[in-house]
Amino acid sequence: MNHPARFLAPVIVGAIILFAWEAAVRIEGVPPYILPGPILIAKTLWTDGPSLLGSLAVTLRITLAALAAAVILGGAIAVCFAQWRFLEVSFFPYAVILQVTPIVSIAPLIIIWVNDTFASLLICAWIVAFFPIVANTTLGLNSADRNLVALFQLYGASRWQALRFLRLPSALPLFLAGVRISGGLALIGAVVAEFVAGTGGSSTGLASRILEAGYRLEIPRLFAALFLLSLTGILIFAALSWLSNALLRRWHESALPREE
Amino acid sequence: MNVNAAAAPIVEVPIVDVRGIGKSFRNGTVALEGIDLSVAAGAFLSLLGPSGCGKSTLLRLIAGLTPPSEGRIALHGVARGKIGFVFQEPTLMPWATVWDNVYLPLRLMGVSREQAAPKIEATLASVGLDAFAKTYPRELSGGMKMRVSIARALVTEPQLLLLDEPFAALDEITRFKLNEDLLTLWQRHQWTVIFVTHSVFESVFLSNRIVVMTKRPGRVAADVPIDLAYPREAALRTASDYTALCARLSNTLAEAAA
Repeated sequence: MNHPARFLAPVIVGAIILFAWEAAVRIEGVPPYILPGPILIAKTLWTDGPSLLGSLAVTLRITLAALAAAVILGGAIAVCFAQWRFLEVSFFPYAVILQVTPIVSIAPLIIIWVNDTFASLLICAWIVAFFPIVANTTLGLNSADRNLVALFQLYGASRWQALRFLRLPSALPLFLAGVRISGGLALIGAVVAEFVAGTGGSSTGLASRILEAGYRLEIPRLFAALFLLSLTGILIFAALSWLSNALLRRWHESALPREE
Repeated sequence: MNVNAAAAPIVEVPIVDVRGIGKSFRNGTVALEGIDLSVAAGAFLSLLGPSGCGKSTLLRLIAGLTPPSEGRIALHGVARGKIGFVFQEPTLMPWATVWDNVYLPLRLMGVSREQAAPKIEATLASVGLDAFAKTYPRELSGGMKMRVSIARALVTEPQLLLLDEPFAALDEITRFKLNEDLLTLWQRHQWTVIFVTHSVFESVFLSNRIVVMTKRPGRVAADVPIDLAYPREAALRTASDYTALCARLSNTLAEAAA
C-alpha cells in the first residue's frame, strides 16, 4: 500500500463515522445530556478548552513523572535482575503480583497512606507503568547472542563490559517497546488514580473534571475532556514510537524501511 | 615458521596439547571420547568429520569456552587475548559499525580508540574492507560479514586462530575466494590455525594436516598429512594430486562416518 492511501484511509473512515454520528443525533433528536453530536463537542472544546487544558496539564505532569520513574526504576530493576540472577528469582513474582492487582483496589490505600496528592497519584501511575519495562528489559538483557557472549568470555571481558557493550545494546529494542507500552499505561494509571482521589475532591486533573461533568450532566464537556485524554495518549504513543525509531534506525530490523 | 626456530635444536613444544579429552553433556550425550591431539606451532590443521561428531565442541574446549569432562588441554605460549575465534555465523554486533565490531577485542582488553586505530585500519585493509569501516553489518553481504568476523579475530594478532565452519553458509564462489585469502594471510603471519569443516575439498585445499573424526562420540579416526606445496592457488582445485588426495580423504571420512 502506498503512502498517501495509508494516511488517507483512516481519515476517511473517521470522517464517515463523525458524519453518521452527527446525522443520527440530529435525525433522532437525541438530547445533548444523553449523546452530544461531534459539532457540539467541538464547540464545547473551543469554549471550555482553556480550563480543560489547565486540568490536562496536571494529569500530564503526573503521567510524564510516572513514565520517567518507570523508565529509570524499571530499567534499574531489570539491570539488577539480569546481573544477579537470585534477585530476579526472589523478586520477579512480587513484581508480577503488583502488576496483576487492579490499581483501583490499591489506589485508595496509597492515597490514605501518602499525604501528598501528587506523590500518591504518581505512585499509582508508576505501579501501572513500570512492569512492561522491567519484563521487556530483563528479557532483552538475557537474550544477547550466545556466540557473542562466548566471544566476550574469550577476551576476558568483565561483567561490567559485557553489560555495557553487549547486554544493554541487545536489550535496547525490547526496552523501547516496553517504554512505548508504559507511556499509555502511565496515562491510564494517572487517570484511574485521579478518579479514586477525585471522589475525595482532592484532585484537579482531567479525570476529576470528567467525574464532575458526569455528576452535573454536562455531557458535551465530558466528551471534550475524553477527546483531550485520547489525543494525549495518541501523542505520547507517537512521540515514543518516533524516539524508538530514531534510536534503532541504523541497525534494527523493526526500524528498517520495508522492501518494496 | 621463522627461520631461527627451524635452525635451533629441535625441542618441539606443541602450541596446543590435548590429552585424553572427553566431553559429555548434562543430558547424557557423549560428544567426545579419548581425544589426543598435539598441534605444532604454525600448523594449518583441519578437523574433518560428519556433522554432530563433536568437532565444534572440541574447538570450544580448546578455546576454553567450556570445560572438558575429563582429560586436560594445555596451550603453550598463547597469551591472553591471543586466541582468535570465528563462528559459523558472522556473529557481529548489529548496532555497531564494521570499525567498532573489529575494535571489540581491543576495547575489551582496554586499548583506546586512538591506539587501536592503526591496527584496525591495517586489519580491515588486509581483508579488503577498508572502504566499509563506517558501514553497519546489515548493509553487507554474507561474504563481507564473514570478512568482518575474520578481521575481528585477526586484530589482536592471534597466535592461535580457531575457525568453526566459517564458510559453510556461503556460496561456492565466495567460499573459494575466502579460502584463498585466508591462506594468503596465514602464509604472511604464520599463526597456528585449527579449522573445523565438513568439506573434504575445503580441508585438503587449506591445510597441511587433517584430523578425521568419527561420528558421535567423536574420536580421532585418522591423522593425515597433506604434502601439497604452498602457496596454493585456484589452479590447484583441478590438479590431479589434489583430486587424488580428496578422493582418499573422502573414503577415510566415509569409513569414519559409518
